[in-house]
Amino acid sequence: MELFTPSFGLVFWMFVSFALLFLILWKFAWPVIMKSVDERADLIDKGVEYAQQARLQLDNARKSADDIVAAARRKEADIIREADSLKAQIVEEARANAKEVAHKEVEAAKISIEQSRKEAENSLRQQVGVIALNIAQQVLRRQLNDPQAQQALVNSLLDQVENQN
Amino acid sequence: MKKLITFIIILVIAGFMALGFSDAAADSANGQGEKKIDPKEIIFEHLGDAYGWELPFSHHRRIPLPVIVFGSDGLHCFSSARIAHGHEYVDGNTTFVVPTEGPHRGKVVELVDGQERVPFDVSITKNVLAVFITVALVLWFAFALVGWYKKHPYGAPRGARGAFEALFVFIYDGVVKSTLGDKAKKFAPFLLTVFMFIFMMNLLGLIVIFPGGANLTGNIAVTMTMAILTFLVTNIFGTKHYWKEIFWPDVPLWLKFPLPIMPLIELFGIFTKPAALTVRLFANMMGGHMIVIVLTLLIFIFASVISVAVGGATAIVSILFSVFMLLIDVLVSFIQAYVFTMLSTIFISLAQEDGHHEHEKKEPHPQHISAN
Repeated sequence: MELFTPSFGLVFWMFVSFALLFLILWKFAWPVIMKSVDERADLIDKGVEYAQQARLQLDNARKSADDIVAAARRKEADIIREADSLKAQIVEEARANAKEVAHKEVEAAKISIEQSRKEAENSLRQQVGVIALNIAQQVLRRQLNDPQAQQALVNSLLDQVENQN
Repeated sequence: MKKLITFIIILVIAGFMALGFSDAAADSANGQGEKKIDPKEIIFEHLGDAYGWELPFSHHRRIPLPVIVFGSDGLHCFSSARIAHGHEYVDGNTTFVVPTEGPHRGKVVELVDGQERVPFDVSITKNVLAVFITVALVLWFAFALVGWYKKHPYGAPRGARGAFEALFVFIYDGVVKSTLGDKAKKFAPFLLTVFMFIFMMNLLGLIVIFPGGANLTGNIAVTMTMAILTFLVTNIFGTKHYWKEIFWPDVPLWLKFPLPIMPLIELFGIFTKPAALTVRLFANMMGGHMIVIVLTLLIFIFASVISVAVGGATAIVSILFSVFMLLIDVLVSFIQAYVFTMLSTIFISLAQEDGHHEHEKKEPHPQHISAN
């Protein structure tokens, strides 16, 4: 049957046409299309990778910023705490110093008071001696018989002493 | 714009119909109107090749194509219109005719002393022209895409270009790369060309009027040529291991010596592969065309045998079935082009074995992986 017997002319032209088509596409079309498709795929892959990396970096940056802020906060708290303790220490020291100084002054005052008291006692003793001697002198000088007169005398002498002081 | 195109198409169809009616009228005037329908002749005429390209709605008006023959006295080249309808044509000293009877029916023959002599015929027939149109279309699609890439580097094409690229990626990534691996680059140009070419031929065959309508992939010459090309590529680039597997396969010695049973089977296998490729594509595409033609013919057979009314009723059913079949054929066009390419890829990859995974290798017989 005609349908099952290949005609030579058609086979010949098929070969020629296919060879021509193949050569043209092989040289000029397929490489370009392959390259373009591959390049585009690469570009998309790279874009996706880049975006992922950027997101990762952003996350990292955010994290590190958070870390920095947290560290700063911690440092701030530390400094404040330190300052507080320093302040307390200073106050404590100052208080201790003041106490010491006051104590010393009190001590010095005590010593000086003691000294003054001793001096006063000494001078009082001397004066009392002097007055007593004076009184005894006066009494002896008048030779008093009259007890009343003697008493009056003693009183007036004592008044004198009181007035003197 | 769209309305204008629709209007022009309707005008053209109306024009062709008018021509067809005037032809029919002329026929009936000549007393040939009541010709009996010969379904077989009509079917084979539509499935086969022709020296002219029939125009729609008219059996007589054809686009004349050049007839190129090497006769007994050298090259002859003339229009097919001169030998249409069995007319004899004298070119120089030689008489050419297309006999309507006899062993050389439908082929240009030389009349030498009343004897028919078959010349060396490389005419641009309907099928050859269809091949040229297919080549032009494939080139157009491919270079539209290439040009587009030049203008839009890194861009993604849309529309027809995008479709072409999708087909390209489908075959290149899905078939060629996945089967051939690192040898894909070497064979991809051939396989891609095969796919695009066959797919375009299949689709063109489904369009009923010029520039379609040639039953190209349903022609055994076309499928055979494609299969032979695959055969050549497979065997020319076949590795040492491939040939060793054919002539000295890993089978018990008695299977290959002294009687070379396995080598004979393997050698036979080399040739069954292209034969399977040829017949599969040919039979599938021809079958699709034949069904549509037969469905259309049913209308006229019923109309002439029973009555015009029955023919009219048949027309509705037939047209519905034809449309359905043509839609299936669109699918088949793609599937057959895909299967041809896939099988070619598998045959080539089998010839690319280099003996590393000898034990995994299992030669699939074509029938086992055939789709249809």
